[in-house]
Amino acid sequence: MAGENQTVSEYIVHHLTNLTYGKLPGGYERYDGSVVADGGAWVMAHGGDEAAAMGFSAIHVDSMIWSIGLGVVFCLLFRSVARKASSGVPSGVVNAVEMIVGFVDNTVKDSFHARNSMIAPLALTIFVWVFFMNLMDLVPVDLIPHTLMLLGVEYQKIVPSTDPNITMGMALGVFILMLYYSITIKGVGFLKELTLTPFNHPVFIPINLFMEVVGLLAKPFSLGLRLFGNMYAGEMIFILIAALFSAGIMWLLPAALMQIGWAIFHVLIITLQAFIFMVLTIVYLSMAHEDH
Amino acid sequence: MNINLTLIGQMLAFVAFVVFCMKYVWPPIMGAMQERERKIADGLAAAEKAEHDLELAKEKSVERLKEAKQEAASIVESANKRASQIVDEAKQTAVVEADRVKASAQAEIEQEVNRAREKLRGQVGALSLAGAEKILGASIDQQAHSELVDKLVAEL
Repeated sequence: MAGENQTVSEYIVHHLTNLTYGKLPGGYERYDGSVVADGGAWVMAHGGDEAAAMGFSAIHVDSMIWSIGLGVVFCLLFRSVARKASSGVPSGVVNAVEMIVGFVDNTVKDSFHARNSMIAPLALTIFVWVFFMNLMDLVPVDLIPHTLMLLGVEYQKIVPSTDPNITMGMALGVFILMLYYSITIKGVGFLKELTLTPFNHPVFIPINLFMEVVGLLAKPFSLGLRLFGNMYAGEMIFILIAALFSAGIMWLLPAALMQIGWAIFHVLIITLQAFIFMVLTIVYLSMAHEDH
Repeated sequence: MNINLTLIGQMLAFVAFVVFCMKYVWPPIMGAMQERERKIADGLAAAEKAEHDLELAKEKSVERLKEAKQEAASIVESANKRASQIVDEAKQTAVVEADRVKASAQAEIEQEVNRAREKLRGQVGALSLAGAEKILGASIDQQAHSELVDKLVAEL
């Protein structure tokens, strides 16, 4: 466990705090009593309070590094396979990658009927990247954060998808695509869809607009928050199980069993959540392409 | 759990990875897979065609075999016919030849018999003349009696 004198709640909070780099506002009193000079200062946040005080002008260094790192792993892995890809007999990792590509391609073909060469690569990227990010959940919760702590890095959250910034960032990316395709493909039809459905009468335009805009906005939020919620809850349970290990020698066996059980169950969840994120992206973009 | 610049950072990373995937990952893999799909389909079609061809060839060979057998049978039959014909012909020629030989032999025998008879007749004449000469003891005018003898000879 991180730190010998921590209480359980401190341990949990510590595990749920991102390594944050950001700008503290001027006049803020830091943890060590020093006061930030006027005009603010870019520093590494010490604890959740400072991170909160930074507001929007901060960045979760750990989330970004793990997320981009895993994205790079995805790109390198799939690029190396793409280089080797031939119409001959596939083997080893090529087989596995082709299976995933074929699976994604089938899913896209099943639910996306317009012609757009971007959707399939987008879906593949989402599926594999989100799966990799979720996979970090299966790394024992203390292994990497504690190792890094010994090296002087205070906070570390290694599962990017337990950070709402990460999941909402992707969801917003999808949302922008949805808006883009809705406007370019439907044009005026998109406006009609927003104002004249479900009640096709000019009187109902405000009501229609309100309902449709809420419905539209709900899509990226549900997309991002579903993934975040599932992964956050899963991570939380791993942390609680890890905390249980410190509760005494007689808790060792039950905690170990719970750890194994939850990890096995979680294998299903991380795959399922990656799949759901991909499928919903495809479905939303498919809706953006279909003119009613 | 604050919303901050990470959001923007993730969005940019997202775009970058999607673009990378779209340009360098998806097309080659998909191309290879489709190419392989096409190859397999071609291979299966070729195999099916080959099987069909084999079937046809089998049928043809069976037919050929049947034809050949028939031909062989007819050849044997005509050979048999020809053989018996030859035998018949040979028999006939043999019979004819035998008849001819027999006839010529008969003719020769007859000739010989006639010749012998003539000779005998002559000798009998002379002999009877000599015998008569001896019996009469006298010289008989050969000329006077030759008429008689000739008559006797003609009677023989």
